[in-house]
Amino acid sequence: MQKGLFSALLQLADDHLVLGHRLSEWCGHAPMLEEDLALPNIALDLIGQARSLYTYAGEIEGVGRDEDALAFCRIEREYQNLLICELPNGDFAQTILRQFYFSSFMLLFWEQAQNSSDATVAAVAGKAIKEAKYHRRHCGEWVIRLGDGTDESARRMQASCEILEPYLGELFNNSYGSLEISQSGVLPDRSLLQEPWLIDVMEVFQAANLNIPDLTHAHKGGREGRHTEAMGHLLAQLQYMQRSFPDMAW
Amino acid sequence: MYSQGLIGAGSENKETPEFLAAFQARIDADEKIEPNDQMPAAYRKTLIRQIGQHAHSEIVGMLPEGNWITRAPTLRRKAALLAKVQDEGGHGLYLYSAAETLGVSRKEMTEELISGRAKYSSIFNYPTQTWADIGAIGWLVDGAAIMNQVPLCRCSYGPYARAMIRVCKEESFHQRQGYEIILTLAEGSEAQKDMAQDALNRWWWPSLMMFGPPDGESPNSDQSTLWKIKRFTNDELRQKFVDATVPQALRLGLSLPDEALKWNETQERYDYGEIDWDEFWNVVKGHGPLNKERVAARKKAWDEGAWVRDAAMAHAKKVSQLNITPIAAE
Repeated sequence: MQKGLFSALLQLADDHLVLGHRLSEWCGHAPMLEEDLALPNIALDLIGQARSLYTYAGEIEGVGRDEDALAFCRIEREYQNLLICELPNGDFAQTILRQFYFSSFMLLFWEQAQNSSDATVAAVAGKAIKEAKYHRRHCGEWVIRLGDGTDESARRMQASCEILEPYLGELFNNSYGSLEISQSGVLPDRSLLQEPWLIDVMEVFQAANLNIPDLTHAHKGGREGRHTEAMGHLLAQLQYMQRSFPDMAW
Repeated sequence: MYSQGLIGAGSENKETPEFLAAFQARIDADEKIEPNDQMPAAYRKTLIRQIGQHAHSEIVGMLPEGNWITRAPTLRRKAALLAKVQDEGGHGLYLYSAAETLGVSRKEMTEELISGRAKYSSIFNYPTQTWADIGAIGWLVDGAAIMNQVPLCRCSYGPYARAMIRVCKEESFHQRQGYEIILTLAEGSEAQKDMAQDALNRWWWPSLMMFGPPDGESPNSDQSTLWKIKRFTNDELRQKFVDATVPQALRLGLSLPDEALKWNETQERYDYGEIDWDEFWNVVKGHGPLNKERVAARKKAWDEGAWVRDAAMAHAKKVSQLNITPIAAE
């Protein structure tokens, strides 16, 4: 049980850290000043959620690893994030669409997790719900604006749908650890969230004139540490300081 | 655009001696000048230039610090840096809004920046090479900015003065955060101490240059002082900064890269060495280490974002034509 919980918390924490890392790359380079503020703000929320999850995972593991040991000092094969989180940002349409997909899913996830039998998970969820709701709204609005904007924005949004499509199925897979703990009421069963998630996506996609994604052909492997080629480069930046100057206080 | 409908902005004032004297009397009585008030064209122009440059500095300043977000050494430092850089963007946003009250649009100001015509603080043309540079920017660069900006909270132009009150509160937090980064390094390993000293060595002189050319060579100073846009001279502010910062460095066990620096008992201030004004003017004129790269990065973001801004406008137009509730994403 504890091993399963550790693994499930680590997976969630990795999702948030890695996606927060990607979003933070936009800081200073966004299409307008408002998005130079909004994207890092979302990144900040995701990294905040990752910190709570890593800290709790470290307590559950019980061997003295803190948030930084878990976030920075593992090898690539030990990171268990969803592949969609590590994909390079692409253009603004792709970044926004990925964030909409993720936040829509996480909102449903946290809404259930706030009733967790585990008090710490319930507390993390309670705070994360408010943030995920804002992220989903902000990105959902952009999906509609871009899908129903100009010909170019519609083309880019549809292209992003196609790029991200094979990475969606993984959102709904219960890995070994997470299935075990969903059965004990600690975290939601991810497979049950697919239907409400599709309903949410369909509502926005209808307003955005976009085609509903097909989840049949899904890439997977993130939960087993089998990553895309982009991951090592991301970690090279993320881990740069901890690798160059190990065991120091910052 | 915020300036639309402003009474004073569009119309030319007849700048009779009586009008100018009445305007100066308001300034002398410490009245705030507000967007709808009549004001001399030169006062408006000076403020547009100054507030615009200030806004651009905040925006370009996001780049050197943003350079370390993905490489911050801990999650705590990463979160703090993200929040800090976001604050700087927020300052840019208020300042552009303050400038818009004078009849210039953010788009026009942005185009000035990306064409290379507008100036911004030269300090951001230096590279952030190590993590300690993030500490040095907070401590020294934001510290110097505070010296410049606290008096601006009393500036005669109301919207600028009010924007600066919030900006200064946040800058003061950033300055302490930067000092705390350097303090941690100064108390750390030899490699960390070296990193802190190296950052101080590289950022010290450019920080002193942030106050601008020496008194007497500052073309806009006299009139700005009369208009109470500027309350202290460049050299006065520079001296205040040196006097405040040197003891902070010594407390960290770091040395300042200035052999001439010494406490002057009679004047009760630190005397410091000659600033390399050739370097200053060189960077101001566009030949600093990263001038071209900084402007190019802003231009790239603006150009590559054009389709996004166009789409947002096109969508808003469709929504208003259909007279439907905008964005039904929730």
